[in-house]
Amino acid sequence: MAPLTQTKTGRATVEPRAFSWTWLGVAPFFLFVAAFLIWPTLSIIAQSFLDQDRRLTLRNILELGRPFIVSSYVYSLQLSAVTAIGGGILGGLLAYAITIGGLPRPLRDAVLSFSGVASNFAGVPLAFAFIATLGQLGVVTQWLRSVGISLYPAFSLYSFWGLSIVYIYFQIPLMVLIMAPAFEGMRREWREAAESLGATSWHYWRYIGLPILLPSILGTMVLLFGNAFGAHATAFQLTGGGSQGNVVTILIGAQISSDALANPGLGNALALGMIIIMGVCIGLYTWLQRLSARWLRS
Amino acid sequence: MAFLELVNVRKSFGASVAVENFNLAVERGEFVSFLGPSGCGKTTTLRMVAGFEKPTAGRIVIDGVDVTDTPPNRRNIGMVFQSYALFPNMTVADNIGFGLKIARRPADEIRARVEELLRIIHMSEFGRRYPYQLSGGQQQRVALARALAIQPKLLLLDEPLSALDAKIRASLRQEIREIQRQLGITTIYVTHDQEEAMALSDRIVVMSRGRIEQIGTPFEVYNFPATRFVASFVGTLNLLQATVVDAAIGLVSVEGQSIRVARPLTQHRSGDAVSLALRPELIALDGQINSEVNRLSGTVEDVTFLGSIVRVRVRLSANKLHFDLFNNPQLRPPQPGSLITVQFAPEACLVLGEDASPAHPMSASAAQAA
Amino acid sequence: MLKRFWPWFWFTVGAMYFLVPLYATFDFSLRARRGELSFAAYANVLNDIKFVESFWFSFQTALATIVISALVIVPTAYWVQLRLPRLRPVIEFFTLLPFVVPAVVLVFSLARTYSRTPLTDSREGLWVLLIGSYVILSFPYMYRAVDTGLRSINIHDLTEAAQSLGAGWFTILARVIFPNVYTALLSGAFITFAIVMGEFTIAALLAQPAFGPYMNRLASSRVYEPSALAIISFALTWAAIAAIQWIGQGAQARVAGPR
Ligand SMILES: Nc1ncnc2c1ncn2[C@@H]1O[C@H](COP(=O)(O)OP(=O)(O)OP(=O)(O)O)[C@@H](O)[C@H]1O
Ligand SMILES: [Mg+2]
Repeated sequence: MAPLTQTKTGRATVEPRAFSWTWLGVAPFFLFVAAFLIWPTLSIIAQSFLDQDRRLTLRNILELGRPFIVSSYVYSLQLSAVTAIGGGILGGLLAYAITIGGLPRPLRDAVLSFSGVASNFAGVPLAFAFIATLGQLGVVTQWLRSVGISLYPAFSLYSFWGLSIVYIYFQIPLMVLIMAPAFEGMRREWREAAESLGATSWHYWRYIGLPILLPSILGTMVLLFGNAFGAHATAFQLTGGGSQGNVVTILIGAQISSDALANPGLGNALALGMIIIMGVCIGLYTWLQRLSARWLRS
Repeated sequence: MAFLELVNVRKSFGASVAVENFNLAVERGEFVSFLGPSGCGKTTTLRMVAGFEKPTAGRIVIDGVDVTDTPPNRRNIGMVFQSYALFPNMTVADNIGFGLKIARRPADEIRARVEELLRIIHMSEFGRRYPYQLSGGQQQRVALARALAIQPKLLLLDEPLSALDAKIRASLRQEIREIQRQLGITTIYVTHDQEEAMALSDRIVVMSRGRIEQIGTPFEVYNFPATRFVASFVGTLNLLQATVVDAAIGLVSVEGQSIRVARPLTQHRSGDAVSLALRPELIALDGQINSEVNRLSGTVEDVTFLGSIVRVRVRLSANKLHFDLFNNPQLRPPQPGSLITVQFAPEACLVLGEDASPAHPMSASAAQAA
Repeated sequence: MLKRFWPWFWFTVGAMYFLVPLYATFDFSLRARRGELSFAAYANVLNDIKFVESFWFSFQTALATIVISALVIVPTAYWVQLRLPRLRPVIEFFTLLPFVVPAVVLVFSLARTYSRTPLTDSREGLWVLLIGSYVILSFPYMYRAVDTGLRSINIHDLTEAAQSLGAGWFTILARVIFPNVYTALLSGAFITFAIVMGEFTIAALLAQPAFGPYMNRLASSRVYEPSALAIISFALTWAAIAAIQWIGQGAQARVAGPR
């Protein structure tokens, strides 16, 4: 730990004696991040432009155009978009209900702490929860059958819509966790000021409530999008992994364990595509955050 | 008939009563302040007038119409909040024009009205700014303009200046008063700052613990407080323990020194323990008033220099007494430890009963003066 | 009241979405014996030596992750607040990167970059990679928690007071700063714990005998036991989150309560 090396030099005075010494204090952090995050990621990005003989090439990138890869990206993007919007709307409405909707305070606390748990729900537990619910023998499936609606064979938990329903389970709580404080930041006086100026509830939401919240809502949905796009365990559990026509994360995972695709450069390019999409998400999210923070500063 | 009437209004939150037995009639164009300590129900009363709270009992009548059950968005009342409450997503101009836009007024009418209001609040160049780009004082002026844009029947302000610093507070309150006079709009102004209430109001409603203590002009409330609460809340006051010597001729004694008051003490009997209330500014050094005067002697304990005024604290034996001298560089102020005699007129004396009873000679004259 | 209809409606929809799958899982987990409700599936799980082993493995991994993460984050956050406030946005950026680089990409990069080194050729090496990835994943939570915790105490005064009493940097960190951010640290630690215990992707792709891959293997070979496992894992996460809240309340009581 670098601060220790400061024992002699930094002790006599509180002012940093030497510029370079001060920087040593954060060296462990940067070393760690460099070794386990930056260096590997950068080297993957670099390698996706190199062929097996370490010569510059665009072949790996062009390989991304292979139909099964394109369809896999499209599938992942669609899944992420659908679950971000679905989870965002449901989660947003739930966040609204427990904050300014006027429900009893204990409900709000219960939903928030439940959301903390459920947003980390993934993989086997989540997959099995839905198999027990909407699988062939699931509770809801059987209940629907008893009232004359048969989900199967039209529906499958392993289909696009099945996967979407499962993903939304962890998307809703993430939305709730991020949006609840935003709703609570809506000041009562804004609504009252609007009312005293003749506004109805519709006017208030149309001109004040929604415009103020929109950057946060969109930003959080972008975050949900990235959350779904990077998810691996749940899809792996439900679809068995490895098979074609699947989400991108599973394709990448398959690159590690097997040599299913002869070209190692392709795996790098897959990862690069993913990093770019996630980077765009975070950029968009940061921009939207700043937009809403600007208004709410005063 | 009065323009705004509150009749027997009462508001309780669960078991606790916030406002009780509230009766008030405000004339058209009048500027009325609600003054009282924190938690006395000022905001609650104002919010009932605005329609954000529904009275538990009683009626609220505006311009002859009972609005007790009318929702706030149909009362046509302008409201200014302590925290400004400007819509952060709209420019200054859009904020001011919001009420007109809701009312579906034509665009050029809105533009003209917004410009006029911007001129009134001296912020013509600021129309395109956002609230976060304004200072607190500017934001509050915009909030005022926004409330005035709809030409409300009534303007309500809830401690509009308390978040601002002292200098701006003084100038903005003058501005508010001028605009109010200019537009002739009936106004209720909530504050816990008595100086502000005095400076602005046609009449002041002094409140304590959900009840009205006194309604009167600043002059009446200050000089002829109706209750012990009003006397001590409004302005600084010396309260001396005294005993009634002769109720019929108005003679009391403070630590053996006798004091004559202006009127007979009809509500007290000789021997009663009372409080003698004296405003610091009505007390002078001995020798400055030549008519019939009361005198008290004691030791100077402390001298505080307040700029234009020097406040002196005198200890009798059990009682303490403050009084004010105008600053005068030629005269040395009294020295701590020295003996001193002060004097004051019988008319300066208020006699208050021991409890909160509204009993003293001056209330009679207050009634006559009104 | 009609006015509250929509809030109640959306709350009910949300609650159903959350609770029905949990109820279904629980119901399913009790049906291991034909025709009766029993905890047989739970007994099977708890008696499985593989369960105990993988749980213990993940538990150790989680503890190691938390300790390393704390040792890196606390001095860094402290130093940044004390001496390098300009660096805060940079640090924040780096702690947010794990969101940009998803777990599967992270483990892929690590495996590729360090292939044919001791890190990937041995069990211990892979364990180091595993813990390293988890520490990276924990940074967003740990840094946020510790940074907030540090802001609530006056570290400048504490540092100068300690220095004036002759304390060195190690003493300041260990005896003054750590105890004061203990609560904040714990809340970050419990989130980390919950994440590590259930993590599948990294552990599976590094071929580690962790709890997540174990659940996955069990899921493909058994019918009722996975549901029991799901309930157990959910309860575990819940316990971790409850511990955070309990600690948070304790901290509040300590600040606000009577002395
Ligand atoms: N929504 C509410 N629920 C319960 N009690 C309330 C509510 N609003 C106000 N009160 C209570 O009513 C009393 C009067 O409150 P009010 O806000 O009117 O005081 P105020 O005179 O405006 O004080 P301040 O100068 O501090 O603003 C207080 O005791 C307060 O606690
Ligand atoms: Mg108030």
